Amino acid sequence: MGIRIGSGSAWWGDRISPAKNNADKGRLDYLCFETMAEATVSAAQVRKRRDPTFPGYDTWLDDRMQAVLPGCLKQGTKIISNQGWINPNGAAERIVYWLQTLGFRGIKVAAVNGSLITERVLDMTDTILETGEPTHSLKGKIVSAEAYLGAEPIVQALNEGAHIVVTGRVADPSIFAAPMMYEFGWGMEDYAHLGLANGIGHLMECGAQVTGGYFADPGFKDVPNPWDLAFPIAEVDENGSAIITKIGGTGGLVNAMTIKEQLLYEVHDPANYITPDVVVDFSTTQLEEVSENRVLVWGITGKPRTPTLKVSIGCEEGFIGEDMFFYAGEGALKRAKLAETILRERFKIVNLKAEELRIDYLGLNAIHGDMTPKIDHEPYEVAVRVAARTLNREEAMKIGREVDGMAVSGVGMTGKRVPHQDRTREIIGVWSSLVDRTQINPTINFYES
Amino acid sequence: MLIKLARLAHCRSGDKGNTSNISVIAYCPELYETIKTQLSAEKFKAFYSGVVNGTVTRYKIDGLHMLNFVCEGALGGGVSRSLCLDNYGKSLSSRILSFEIDVEKHLEQFLR
Repeated sequence: MGIRIGSGSAWWGDRISPAKNNADKGRLDYLCFETMAEATVSAAQVRKRRDPTFPGYDTWLDDRMQAVLPGCLKQGTKIISNQGWINPNGAAERIVYWLQTLGFRGIKVAAVNGSLITERVLDMTDTILETGEPTHSLKGKIVSAEAYLGAEPIVQALNEGAHIVVTGRVADPSIFAAPMMYEFGWGMEDYAHLGLANGIGHLMECGAQVTGGYFADPGFKDVPNPWDLAFPIAEVDENGSAIITKIGGTGGLVNAMTIKEQLLYEVHDPANYITPDVVVDFSTTQLEEVSENRVLVWGITGKPRTPTLKVSIGCEEGFIGEDMFFYAGEGALKRAKLAETILRERFKIVNLKAEELRIDYLGLNAIHGDMTPKIDHEPYEVAVRVAARTLNREEAMKIGREVDGMAVSGVGMTGKRVPHQDRTREIIGVWSSLVDRTQINPTINFYES
Repeated sequence: MLIKLARLAHCRSGDKGNTSNISVIAYCPELYETIKTQLSAEKFKAFYSGVVNGTVTRYKIDGLHMLNFVCEGALGGGVSRSLCLDNYGKSLSSRILSFEIDVEKHLEQFLR
């Protein structure tokens, strides 16, 4: 017996038409959405604080649901999604609204809560993993804290008849592992199968990154019709293997190379990839290209899960101010360098208090910084990018103010845009810690259309 | 003959906090041992001097002919507070493709 699980998104800003394509033509049993980055919850909390009308779930929820609900409901495809962010109940109610609007009645929607622990985090955690400092040192700066839930509450919601499950923070692979565990009855002590389930979930969680996205390198790795990339589909067999594939006729490709690149994406030790459900061992992974755009994956195993869950703690850490301006033609780089000198002097005059200041030349050193090889020719174009990290917004605004000054009080032939967007942004620093998993108790609310 | 890694392997970088992991995957099994012998964690770190400030640990999956370099202190203090234009370090992996590998004559047939 096998099931077909499709990807509906790999992040908040992902494309929507490939999700609709999977819903309409993927013959899926499950369509799974991953929409959260590390700082998503913190950013949502900040936004909610400023704008109480912000509902607190995926801002693309309406668009995504309108696109996929007709196809999914017509074919009986269930949906698992972490679009709930800081308000899974609100997201579930909104999904019910769309179900009713589209004429689907009696559909059960479950909201998984319990990942948010902002008020309790200092009592539940000890050490910041990145620095070794006590988490108490973050007191007064915490915007949000959330524990990474595993697949169990999703499996429970499916067991209780949910057709659509929407969650807050859940580990990305667990979103995809849950339907395998539910359908095949893989229990929490079935480490080999849980390892496989989360390993396949890991391959799927970044969507098109396994079907030819984030991959093309002309001349070395060419991708057919890269403008028409599909999101992946996993055909999972209950014996413990899966075929990663995509809808026929779409662009992109699935082969051993795309699978290998995604296999270790954001993975450190391949033999010990810790998820809430299991410790995945990728070191014994086997791959076989069985036919065009179909790769058989097996041999991923697992070890018992850890007694702790990861916690992300988002903290207010100040602001970043950023802007840029341009030069071209004969002597462009010399003018850019003079502009940098002027700016550094003016930052002294306005007494800029920056934790860090960075002035880069786009095209020369803005991306790889100090490890960029020296160039032996004059670039025809140079953009000067100025960025500073500061403790308050007033200081961050000085960056844009002094770049404005370069318009009429700067260097000859300076190209500059009228400010068209906010040139300062708040930094939500994300730190990690661990919490005893027995202290986290997810709850499920059910809704019906 | 000294050949850029780009003709032997492909790569991908991923981010977690202030750590970037960069995988290096041989295009064919015949080239893997050569890469593994010459691209140590120390050499990798030296090649990223100025950007990677912490420890570099090398992991491998021999069966899939791939290495994984876990680079601490590589993302300017972390994705959210980094002033780097590419704060996620998505383009960091491309750097290693210009690392030069001494390729024996009989292996040149396997180069891209």
